[in-house]
Amino acid sequence: MAEVLVYVDHADGAVRKPTLELLTLARRIGDPVAVHLGPGAQEAAKVLGEHGAVRVLAADAPEFSDYLVVPKVDALQAAAQAVQPAAILVPSSGEGKEIAARLALRLGSGIITDAVDVTAGDDGPVATQSAFAAAFTTRSRVTRGVPVITVKPNSAPVQAAPAAGAVEALQVAFGELATGTKVVSRTPRASTGRPELTEAAIVVSGGRGVNGAENFSLIEELADSLGAAVGASRAAVDAGWYPHSNQVGQTGKTVSPQLYIANGISGAIQHRAGMQTSKTIVAVNKDAEAPIFDLVDYGVVGDLFQVVPQLTAEIKARKG
Amino acid sequence: MSLRIVVAVKYVPDATGDRHFAEDLTTDRDAVDGLLSELDEYAVEQALQIAEAVGDAEVTAVTVGPEDARGAVLKALQMGAAKGVHVEDDALHGTDVIGTSLVLAKAIEHVGFDLVVTGMASTDGTAGVVPALLAERLGVPQVTLLSQVGVAEGKVVGRRDGDTASEELEAALPALVSVTDQSGEARYPSFKGIMGAKKKPLESLDLSDLGVEASEVGLAAAWTAVDDATARPARTAGTIVKDEGEGGRQLAEFLASQKFV
Repeated sequence: MAEVLVYVDHADGAVRKPTLELLTLARRIGDPVAVHLGPGAQEAAKVLGEHGAVRVLAADAPEFSDYLVVPKVDALQAAAQAVQPAAILVPSSGEGKEIAARLALRLGSGIITDAVDVTAGDDGPVATQSAFAAAFTTRSRVTRGVPVITVKPNSAPVQAAPAAGAVEALQVAFGELATGTKVVSRTPRASTGRPELTEAAIVVSGGRGVNGAENFSLIEELADSLGAAVGASRAAVDAGWYPHSNQVGQTGKTVSPQLYIANGISGAIQHRAGMQTSKTIVAVNKDAEAPIFDLVDYGVVGDLFQVVPQLTAEIKARKG
Repeated sequence: MSLRIVVAVKYVPDATGDRHFAEDLTTDRDAVDGLLSELDEYAVEQALQIAEAVGDAEVTAVTVGPEDARGAVLKALQMGAAKGVHVEDDALHGTDVIGTSLVLAKAIEHVGFDLVVTGMASTDGTAGVVPALLAERLGVPQVTLLSQVGVAEGKVVGRRDGDTASEELEAALPALVSVTDQSGEARYPSFKGIMGAKKKPLESLDLSDLGVEASEVGLAAAWTAVDDATARPARTAGTIVKDEGEGGRQLAEFLASQKFV
């Protein structure tokens, strides 16, 4: 059976969930071969093997953390040459897409980004994408080279599928461009203890109606009662009430959780572009005419300062 | 010697319009008015700020696209770019990101550059891969997704705010940078800028001027194919209740019925 390369996104060997989702998708096309760059391959290999990786190609070198993007492209190129894969899957993060793009160009391959589903087709993998702020769904194929496809988080269930997952060393020769952009320093983002926005199964967001940074604690409490990530509309971010890293929308992050709860958000196109593919959408807004209500599965017309605390208390009570 | 800054811009269908696909499954550009991609306004702004900080610098705006796409370059000229380049050719219709990066790279080389500035993604295709593809094609360092950028002593420095960490980056010129919407509010063209833009040089090029074969671009030469595009079915109307004091509990009941609680 053909092999499919899966790029592993991890923090020192702790594999992030979107990579495990990719392994599920990869198994539809062939045998997943994981590519692990940087430290922690042994720890990662255990998890990757439990989720279907038949083997793990691993390389560690200071270049992967000291320089931006290109060393990882060099390594994936080496992996592609070693394996002759039927497809290459990469998580759709900012960095993931950059790595995938340069790799595709080098391999003479077409690239599809931000897939929300990948299936096996007669002429190779078929990728589903959503276009124009989710107004359309497209199905596309790569017609030249090894299909390189980046996949958004929450696009597939994580499924256990025991496989060997043995670690093999990947030989990488870095090119001249590998050391072009130096990472002078790296400051890890302070953890809030909440799930990462783009990966979360539930997102609770606040907008203009939250009316002040101090009131975002209401949104955070609701999020915490559901184990959710916190999002914010552009209006709330531009007003300085919540960090830009939490902005959901066209110029922020696109989220596609199982449940999206919009509080005090009118639903302008800028915001809809970032959340419209959420499976279940719920909104609380004072204005019965707000466009967000056109999208909802369930909406409450009311004052969020009344509704949200009551909702939070009720959820906590039900969870006991 | 003057710092040559090239800013790549894209003309996109207005996101507030009714955007859809044409029969050949390319973007229907006739159906909705176009404008300079909002995310490219930030690129023009940073290009101008770098030029102003350096002093001796010239900003050229480059776009690839049909006749209307001149509008993107014109807006950049109104904001303060010194000159513009518009690559227009019938053969470009349906070009994918790989082909677009080829033509843009040739146009940027044609202009000559020390620094290329782009937005983080277009607001229509939203792939966000053209900056990396350009860096690969031009053979220069990519310093991308920056919320802060500066140029000094032959180097570009910037801050990249990722999901898990914030990174300070550094590369020697020539280089390519892409900037996010956090890099700084884009200026509005002044009346003087709007009037002055009409007199600024705007060069028109076609593929033969850049040494690109028609067979290398366009829909037929794309390395990907869209098999179908379907409008998402209208959402079935959801339940909407008015809060009469029980709205929070009613919502909790709904969430429980959907197994979220």
